[in-house]
Amino acid sequence: MGIKRDSPPLTRSQELWLLACAVLTLAPGVAHVPAWLLAAAAMALFWCAAIWWRRAALPPRWLLSFLVLAGTAGVFFTYRHFFGKDPGIALLILFLALKLLEMRRLRDGLAVVFLCYFLLLTHFLNEQGMDVAGLTLLALVVITAALSSLAHAGRHVVDHLRLSALMLAQAAPFMLVLFLLFPRVQGPLWGMPADAYSGMSGLSDSMTPGSISNLSLSGEIAFRARFEGEIPPKPQLYWRGPVLRLFDGRTWRSGIQQEKVSPGGTATESTVRYTVTLEPHNKPWLFALEMPLAPPSGAIVSREYQVLSKTPVRSRLRYDMQSHIGFVPGADEAETVLRRHLDLPGNNPRTRALAEQWRREAAQDEAVIRRMLDHFRMEQFFYTLTPPLLGENSIDQFLFETRRGFCEHYASAFVFAMRAAGIPARVVTGYQGGERNPVDGYLIVRQSDAHAWAEVWLEGKGWTRVDPTAAVAPNRIEAGLASAVPAGEPLPFLVRADLSWLKQLRFRWEAISNTWNQWVLGFDPQRQRELLSRLGMRQPDWKAMTAAMAVLCGLLLLGLTAWALHRRARIDPVQRAWNRLSRRLARIGLARQAWEGPADYTQRVAQARPELSPALAAIAGLYIDLRYGKLAGKEARRKLRGMIADLKIPPSQ
Amino acid sequence: MPYSPIDETIRHAGRIVLGKERQIRLALVCLLARGHLLIEDLPGVGKTILAHVLAKLLGLNFHRIQCTADMLPADIIGVSIYDRNTGGFQFHPGPIFAQLILVDEINRATPKSQSALLEAMEEHQVTCEGETRPLPDPFFVIATQNPSHQIGTFPLPESQLDRFLMRIDMGYPDREAERELLGGADRRDMVATLQPCMEPGELIELQRTVREVHVSEALIAYVQALAEHTRRSPEYETGLSPRAALALLRAARAWAMIDHRDLVLPEDIQAVLPAVAGHRLHPASGAPAASAADTAAALISAVPIP
Repeated sequence: MGIKRDSPPLTRSQELWLLACAVLTLAPGVAHVPAWLLAAAAMALFWCAAIWWRRAALPPRWLLSFLVLAGTAGVFFTYRHFFGKDPGIALLILFLALKLLEMRRLRDGLAVVFLCYFLLLTHFLNEQGMDVAGLTLLALVVITAALSSLAHAGRHVVDHLRLSALMLAQAAPFMLVLFLLFPRVQGPLWGMPADAYSGMSGLSDSMTPGSISNLSLSGEIAFRARFEGEIPPKPQLYWRGPVLRLFDGRTWRSGIQQEKVSPGGTATESTVRYTVTLEPHNKPWLFALEMPLAPPSGAIVSREYQVLSKTPVRSRLRYDMQSHIGFVPGADEAETVLRRHLDLPGNNPRTRALAEQWRREAAQDEAVIRRMLDHFRMEQFFYTLTPPLLGENSIDQFLFETRRGFCEHYASAFVFAMRAAGIPARVVTGYQGGERNPVDGYLIVRQSDAHAWAEVWLEGKGWTRVDPTAAVAPNRIEAGLASAVPAGEPLPFLVRADLSWLKQLRFRWEAISNTWNQWVLGFDPQRQRELLSRLGMRQPDWKAMTAAMAVLCGLLLLGLTAWALHRRARIDPVQRAWNRLSRRLARIGLARQAWEGPADYTQRVAQARPELSPALAAIAGLYIDLRYGKLAGKEARRKLRGMIADLKIPPSQ
Repeated sequence: MPYSPIDETIRHAGRIVLGKERQIRLALVCLLARGHLLIEDLPGVGKTILAHVLAKLLGLNFHRIQCTADMLPADIIGVSIYDRNTGGFQFHPGPIFAQLILVDEINRATPKSQSALLEAMEEHQVTCEGETRPLPDPFFVIATQNPSHQIGTFPLPESQLDRFLMRIDMGYPDREAERELLGGADRRDMVATLQPCMEPGELIELQRTVREVHVSEALIAYVQALAEHTRRSPEYETGLSPRAALALLRAARAWAMIDHRDLVLPEDIQAVLPAVAGHRLHPASGAPAASAADTAAALISAVPIP
């Protein structure tokens, strides 16, 4: 209680600083907070602002205690426990918001400031984008300025901000050294607790009508690719994802994946090399152009030419790939495997009958395929993002009644019909196309580029890609989704072709955040090694890095100290001696107040410690003559220093 | 301690104006710094007596102007009247032609009369019918003012307030001083018996000495820091003007002198700050109105001495 009583009350400007702190601290994390907590925190902030504005009294303690209990119960009912990242952050947010309602004294202000610093760090557990980093930096400046306002009440806003910026600028070199040299472990920059992977979107390993068209409404980035050399033309950009073989009449699923015995092949002229930066999607598959040659380290190529990572992709992943465009694999596929690609459930009789009829009329498999594609092309089929719902015999319904569908409908119907006609076939999902960012040359593939197509096995050729969507809506393959969908259909805002200035802006923003991803978030052990060896560090192991880190930090500290000493040297030597006296007297609790003049100060000290009075009077007399009178000269200054050094201060009783 | 006319003046004045040594010192400082003094307080707390005592002790001739709403500038400055004997106009000087003038209840005068008076204070001369006449030297005005929320007053505008070097308030006497006042002799009689402590011309000499009190670079830096703070802090409507900073230095010099020092300390600035800056600083709108002493105390504690 002693500290509490001594702690001075907060001034109005300090309260305003703290309020600003809390708002800016909470802002970057808004997207990850439960709605009720967000509303509660906003209300607490408004309440606090209203109290400030109207100079009203703070709420009583019993009310705050009740709010704490209610909020804690709310957190418990939301998460069912108090462990882990999300409940922890929620509790911190709750306490910060409520602490604002009991800001009375300096001590409470300090609690708010440190809570803000801590809470700011937690935002990076959810998101590490450049926008969050920018907001965090802004909040950091303001929180530090608030800390300055707590320490130096009554100064001007600009002074606080300047001090804050100065302190952060002094910290920046240390941050840089730690960032570059702190030994990295393979894995994400931030160790994530287990509940961190909710809410990642992407392709799944099953496909029902509607699953891809839902994805198509998202303008989120799925991955970026940087090609060595030219980007292949759009119709060749088939990014292979999950291969789906099992069908139960409604849903396509992938079977068990096996590693390919002899992965890859030989690089030929049509080999493209590229680097993919994949956004996390919490699934093991990686995307590669058809057909992938060799897997990146830590991944395999399956027998179905799917690239699979050994662990789900939970943080942004960068990998180098080589693909052989136009390569047709599986000419020597085993009979048992092929038979598995003919399995069909017993429903959809009309499609079955149609396919069997085509089979009877055509001699070759290719002719059946052509019949099917012609059927799509000639009859009144429509490509749409909002197809009607389908019932039990989904394929019959689609082919003969609704005739409106998205790529998954066409691929699904096509593969079904092929199997019914006795041709081994499977559905391949992935992404088709992409968009080149003219700013940095990266190819951006979005969730809206998600696509499904088919593969049929042809005697003597192998697994051949057939894209039935191309028959219905050739624009989808040539130019992208936006030009293929009829006007008026919903589209992700950023995929629209109009609004070209917006598009330019988006390209720029995405290029900047890509740089951020590549160089800041993607600064992994490999990049670290590269950089250090370029800087002349031969064998950068963790010992060498730690040593370098220690040396650099030491040098920085030395530099900053020298700077501080240099600044101090600009203070008048007389004043420095006087400050020294104040520091010495501070040990017996008699420090000089910043605004206290020399006569007042010596009088106060003499009153408290009469035995010091004669010596102090002499010191103060000399100091006053030197500082405020006409006396000058080295000799007098030295005498003053000597007198202050010789002053005997007996410890207080 | 050697005989000092200033100490003597303070001692004698303190015997009549009881328990108001600070106000006496400030009034004297104001006079020595060649400024004018505004005393703002309720009627009956000793404003007039203070002026009387000072005039008597310093050996100055004394006039009193009691301001009313129907007073004209001519009532202050004087008027030229046609003289039949000489056949010309003869100037009859008004009450302003004196060394120490007490302008009582200045906020009862109309703005027109106020400005005539204040102009004379600023210029140390009056112009009447095209002829400029110098005022006596030393020339010192003590104006009193009732708190301006009283009925029938014309509060002095801020620009006019600036003409006064200092504004002080008297305040009620403390218990002891009041008992002595009530039990003692009539103050007016005591004033009548007072003898001057100074020779004529001695005051002017002292005023000259004030200007020689040493002001160091460090002290100027302190005054600058104070002024700068008031200009940048959001707590004040407007900051201290350069004229106010000059006034602060002038008053601090005089304060150092009556303290028998030939150099100015930060404490001198702090001592005169409430009186010099109190009527020049206005808290920002929205903040609660604070007394001059509180405003000055807040300003002092916010600015470290460089």
